[in-house]
Amino acid sequence: MGEAGKISRYLYTVIVLFIIWLFLTSSLDVQELEIGFVMSLIVAAFSYELFTTNGLRNLHPKRIAYAAAYIPYFLWAMIMANLDVAYRVLHPKRPINPGIVECKTVLKSDVGKLSLANSITLTPGTITLDVMGDRYFIHWIDVKDSTVEGASENITRPFEKFLKVIFG
Amino acid sequence: MIGINIYLALIAIATLMSFYRVFRGPTTVDRLVAVDIMTTITTGLMVLFALYYRRMIFLDVALVYAVLAFLGVIAFARYLEGGI
Amino acid sequence: MNAVSALGELLVLFGVFFYFLSALGLIRMPDVYNRMQTATKSATLGSLGVIIGTGIWAVGKGLYWGWITKSIVIAVFILLTNPISAHALIRGAYKSGIPLWKGSVVDRYREALKEKEGGEE
Repeated sequence: MGEAGKISRYLYTVIVLFIIWLFLTSSLDVQELEIGFVMSLIVAAFSYELFTTNGLRNLHPKRIAYAAAYIPYFLWAMIMANLDVAYRVLHPKRPINPGIVECKTVLKSDVGKLSLANSITLTPGTITLDVMGDRYFIHWIDVKDSTVEGASENITRPFEKFLKVIFG
Repeated sequence: MIGINIYLALIAIATLMSFYRVFRGPTTVDRLVAVDIMTTITTGLMVLFALYYRRMIFLDVALVYAVLAFLGVIAFARYLEGGI
Repeated sequence: MNAVSALGELLVLFGVFFYFLSALGLIRMPDVYNRMQTATKSATLGSLGVIIGTGIWAVGKGLYWGWITKSIVIAVFILLTNPISAHALIRGAYKSGIPLWKGSVVDRYREALKEKEGGEE
């Protein structure tokens, strides 16, 4: 997937910055909206090269729908992870079995890899230790399967089917 | 239900409990992890304080505090790797 | 006490419980890596609960609706940055040479690092 055109990237940056402005000021006053729009235009002119490589393609309806479905799934996984952690902390014998395993991913883009690493860190008993290309090194609190395929099946698969569509 | 003062007291106790690890921790990283958790908990405390005094401007204080704490932890982690 | 502020207070209570859990994990676990596992996750979920709960509670008390959007901004910021700082810290811990706990079963990262060094020579 190549880079999008300059105008598409610029417009995407303006839209995202304006949404952040709306949330921060939390007011629908006309003056606030005007100054926010002007500031988004100015800031986007300086920062769009760093901000995105995909441009308006990120706002494709299918991607937004998958992102909207990903949020509740992720929150649910996070709550389950925390109940698991609660069990391990409060149990008198501390039932842990830690180790560092390796996983492979099929994601290509940098943003996709970042979101996968963040999702892994926040969900059941795993923390991303390092990323080299498509190899993830993960500290797992309860190692069930130390081979590469088994670990990938357990840790990265459930998130990849969402993130593959969202970030490509 | 329970008043907001009780929640403030409970969060303060949790902060003190993580301070135990700052005090005891055998290695530098232990202390840093404990400080990271303390700053996260303190951000929640600040947001609750904003509600206690009913001043919306205090939410901005919490936001800036979160940003600065994140930058500080990243800088220390780079130092541990020997990359600074 | 209306329903909205009751929901907010419930979320705050939920978050405070996870704050306690994270502090307890920090005290009880045997080494840095496991401490980080338990502490980071619980503290992040606890912050989500407390901060968004406070926003909802404030709106339920009849304050300005901007409370909820601003608290969502803070919560999203914490949700995005906490895993990154945990990752930076755990990598710094590994690179500065702290050994894994004696009960650990496997360490693929050491093998991969050795492999890489062997390839470069």
